[in-house]
Amino acid sequence: MAKKLLLSILKMILLLTAVSIITFALAELSPIDTVNAYIGENSISAEKRAQIEAYWGLNEPAVTRYLKWAGNILHGDMGTSMIYRKPVASVIGERFSLSIKLMFVSWVMSGVFGLLLGLIASAYRGSVIDKAIKVYCLLLESSPAFWIGMILLLIFSVKLGWLPLGLASPIGMTVEEAPLSDRIRHIILPALALSLTGVSKITLQVREKMNQAAESDYALFARARGESKWQFIRRHGLRNVMLPFITLQFGALSELFGGSVLAETVFTYPGLGNVTVQSALKGDIPLFLGIALFSALFVFAGNLIANILYSVADPRIREGGHSI
Amino acid sequence: MKNMRKHGILNRRTLTLIIIALSVIIILAVTAAGFIMDEELYAPHFAEKNLPPSGHHLFGTDWMGRDMFARTVKGLSVSIYIGLLASCATSVIALFLGVIAGTFGKYASGIFNWFVDIFMGIPHLILLILISLLLGKGAKGVAIGVIVTHWCSLGRIVQAEVLALKDSQFVKASEKLGKTKLWIAFHHIMPHVVPQFIVGLILMFPHAIMHESSITFLGFGLPAEQPAIGIILSEAMKHLTTGMWWLAVMPGISLLIIVVLFEAIGSHLRMLLDPYSAQE
Repeated sequence: MAKKLLLSILKMILLLTAVSIITFALAELSPIDTVNAYIGENSISAEKRAQIEAYWGLNEPAVTRYLKWAGNILHGDMGTSMIYRKPVASVIGERFSLSIKLMFVSWVMSGVFGLLLGLIASAYRGSVIDKAIKVYCLLLESSPAFWIGMILLLIFSVKLGWLPLGLASPIGMTVEEAPLSDRIRHIILPALALSLTGVSKITLQVREKMNQAAESDYALFARARGESKWQFIRRHGLRNVMLPFITLQFGALSELFGGSVLAETVFTYPGLGNVTVQSALKGDIPLFLGIALFSALFVFAGNLIANILYSVADPRIREGGHSI
Repeated sequence: MKNMRKHGILNRRTLTLIIIALSVIIILAVTAAGFIMDEELYAPHFAEKNLPPSGHHLFGTDWMGRDMFARTVKGLSVSIYIGLLASCATSVIALFLGVIAGTFGKYASGIFNWFVDIFMGIPHLILLILISLLLGKGAKGVAIGVIVTHWCSLGRIVQAEVLALKDSQFVKASEKLGKTKLWIAFHHIMPHVVPQFIVGLILMFPHAIMHESSITFLGFGLPAEQPAIGIILSEAMKHLTTGMWWLAVMPGISLLIIVVLFEAIGSHLRMLLDPYSAQE
């Protein structure tokens, strides 16, 4: 167990190194001029420009700069953001604290509703409820997350006026100053938009696994013993569904991160997703690289947790037998 | 059984074929219409600004008086074109890498899995933005971005299929007869993998087109003067608060319909190709 954990952490470090090399190389090859991002709208003399380049060490060869960058990251220094004029780590930290709330709420919502809908669809297999849930999932899976966000905005903010149009706090107030009720009101729509698309995948998968379980011999035997539908789901179904559910739920972190970029753009929610777009549009390479690396770490951490939960949830691994 | 009774003479297989044919026809019609469309149809007419949907303008007009129906069809055809191109290319890569990883033993599959892990590890949207920046935005950046990021899951499916085939009797027999690995790959493995591959390719399309529109929506994709769905929706975003709901709703639903049609083709084709469900 401990050995396996160590191995997967080692693998994670190796993968992160590869990711850092790839993203750095891609950014290096791109035609973006980092100095332009730094100076913004101001025009400067060639001399001053050379000075800035020398200051940021842009004259050195790419490999040297990569090694320096990677070395600094190991010391916790991710460089300085060109557009925010702040250390990258603190920009990411600040904004991620907003994004994680959004992501966590929608992650939990899509997990709970996905599981519930899947179980219900399977319990009433072939009925109108089952078909309705299936159509609902297929439609949601086929619509882009940002469009769902726009439609929600249109209905609940523009037409009905129940919820705010965007941002994370009322205008003229920072997020810290805003009362909790306001913060919640601002998070509802983006979280809903983000979780709606996540639900369908989980529901369809849970439904299929449950249907498989319901057609098995042990299901027949359980029914013969007189177990009711919900007893069967509780005693046998859930155990079968748990493993694919864990995989899906933790594997969804990558899509969740991408989705949060879109949802935050639609709802002008000032989280990490918004900063991602800003940094890329304005050519703030240090910040964007930091975010890319951070997002990879986020995804890998999710995979690692899924692996650990696997060994708890799967009796075959838990009992120390052969792994799958 | 239920379906057969309901549809009388039509059995399940005929019905499936009809659904596939209809979907293909609609998609082809939209694509063709977009390509041969006269630019005048979606040119600005400032006398007809901000009109809600009506018989004359099916999807209404925008703040420049452009007919949204024509723009949507044009945008869809651009999106379908790029999406098809990208999903074909990425599927071929997936097929190629998956077969190689499955056939050439432990090291090949080790390297393959490692690369899949890397590409799955970075959120696709981030990688798409990075590649789009690298190639200076525009259609090329989007297409290549989608190609680079989307081969992973289909590649894994192909690899698993190949690994399962490798244990089959006929492959073992071929090996004993001294055939090379490459010969086996092309004569035994490929024919089995191809049906799965075709379904995978078609089901790849919805992902491709949605990523294409997302990245365009964020401002890293197609240029603003092109009537792509992502552009139309990001423009609609700016006019959402003015109550011009049709700008966002109609093009979005059209995109949704196209994606659903592709999924219908993919899943029904799978039913036909899969021997377990083909005779139902």
